[in-house]
Amino acid sequence: MSSRTAIFSQSHPRKIKITWGKALSWTAIILTLIIILFPFWWVVRTSLSTQREMLANPESIAPVGLTTVNYARVLGQVDTETAVAAGGSGQQINFWLFLRNSVIVTVLVVVGQTFFSALAAYAFARLKFPFRDKLFFVYLTGLMVPAIVTLIPNYLLIRDLEWDNTYMGIIAPTFLMSPFAVFFLRQFFLGINRELEEAASLDGASKFGIFWRIIIPISGPPLATLAILTFVSTWNTYLWPFLVGKDESVRVLTVALAIFRSQTPQGAPDWTGLMAATIISMIPTLILFLFLGRRVVNNIQFSGFK
Amino acid sequence: MTTSTASRLTSPTPPSLLKRLFNHETFLAWLFLLPSLIGFITFYAVPGVRGLYISFTDWDMLSAPKFIGVENYADMFQDKQFWRSLQVTVYYVILNIPLQTILAIGLAVMMDRVTKSNIIRGIFIMPWLLPPVIVALIWLWMLDPTLGFVNNLFQFLGFSRQPFLGSPDQAMPSIALINIWQYTGYTALLFFAGLQTIPKSLYEAAAIDGANERRIFWSITLPLLRPVLVFVLVTTIIGSFQIFDTIAVTTGGGPIDATRVITWYIFEFAFQRFQMGYATAVSVVLFLILIVATVLQMRLLRADESDLA
Repeated sequence: MSSRTAIFSQSHPRKIKITWGKALSWTAIILTLIIILFPFWWVVRTSLSTQREMLANPESIAPVGLTTVNYARVLGQVDTETAVAAGGSGQQINFWLFLRNSVIVTVLVVVGQTFFSALAAYAFARLKFPFRDKLFFVYLTGLMVPAIVTLIPNYLLIRDLEWDNTYMGIIAPTFLMSPFAVFFLRQFFLGINRELEEAASLDGASKFGIFWRIIIPISGPPLATLAILTFVSTWNTYLWPFLVGKDESVRVLTVALAIFRSQTPQGAPDWTGLMAATIISMIPTLILFLFLGRRVVNNIQFSGFK
Repeated sequence: MTTSTASRLTSPTPPSLLKRLFNHETFLAWLFLLPSLIGFITFYAVPGVRGLYISFTDWDMLSAPKFIGVENYADMFQDKQFWRSLQVTVYYVILNIPLQTILAIGLAVMMDRVTKSNIIRGIFIMPWLLPPVIVALIWLWMLDPTLGFVNNLFQFLGFSRQPFLGSPDQAMPSIALINIWQYTGYTALLFFAGLQTIPKSLYEAAAIDGANERRIFWSITLPLLRPVLVFVLVTTIIGSFQIFDTIAVTTGGGPIDATRVITWYIFEFAFQRFQMGYATAVSVVLFLILIVATVLQMRLLRADESDLA
């Protein structure tokens, strides 16, 4: 090992090289940021343009013929005539309804899955019962089964129960647990110091009391992380709600967008309307992201399983 | 009743299984587990077994399923379209994964050098947070043959306009690029997090020994990133094999069969031709392929070993 001074004596000739490296790094990062952000601007620009002006000025970076009519018509706020004039297909669409459905489905799944998975995770982490570790292993195998394998049987089950086109049908497979949620919370609960629980136990607290008054309050950060991940994956899923919830009364945003896209004429798609609907569908995620983005960024290591 | 040797060793008088099944704590534990157990049995365990059974039947959902043994599997292996869809899926994985992984590692290393900004990291994962359906719609518009921004840019720069999703040759590369756009930032952050765990003293020691940047990358950074690399490759490859949403919104398996990936093939048989038995058999085969792919990767990448020791 050479002495520490070696670092200093070498630092001078390396300096220029580092600056070049830094310049290159910044260039790559800024380029990436542009590639990520520009499409979002293009969506905004399209949604605020009128159909006719946009076709006449395809290259304009700013909105052309600035208007909010596209938002009004995908939210069902204008009559059919106006909507068709603005480029709509004449189909009555109401994204308020789909937004509401997405919110209901997502909130139910986030609350249910997080709570029931936390209960199970607590049992696996803290309670003693026969076959505990074997059962936990069985849960873990659920983590490895890809969704496509259980998709068809689950669809058939929901159909047999006549739960298709109900909220219940859409949320059922994810409402009571997800193997990942149980696994994730168990790992965290195992790391909690037992002293608090033992003290509460001596004071006569029940197991559920300990779970509800001690474990849950000190598990804020992992519960929040899990809730965000569950929010994102529930809000984003398409195939399952498409299979069991096509009816307008329960149709969620992803399904509504795909149907909107398939209904717009092939030759002249209703781009301005589609992009306005896209923006509306993105807003809840972006709001969540503004408030909780830091947590998402910092906990990203855990989130690979989705 | 049997008790395990371990508990016989630890407690002098082992309680009988019956007693253990009905003691207070056990009862409570099952109460805590009950909701998740109902969910697991109803939507994971039973469907898994039922799916396997359905794959041995002929079932159009109108009449009762008829047991036909391995006929679905035999049909599958003789169906040229099945092999074609597997080929298309593998083609997608090859277009997607290497490029995405290399870009992500590069971005992570560059970020590690110059910035730890939360805002930049936040923007990097924004596309990942959005539904694939939305990302597909955005790019369907960006890549539109006549009005799309990318073609306008191409024309402005003097290139010829491209059909992108509309041509059999370009459709799959376009879909791969769409997904690279969506997931590279997220993958880069995983690598970035991995980079933070590498002890800085290693870099200092290497600098003292006069190692250049390239040498440092290949002999320190990359080997020590291997655990993250294994995780990223295993999860992204499993995910890529199941690509569906992007294709459902953009090409619907076309043009011709250029993007009819395996999940789209399953979807068509199950929900357009209502051949539930056959569709389920294909999904079982896909599951087996994923297991083999995962085990192979774990072996090749020596997942259970660490270079930091």
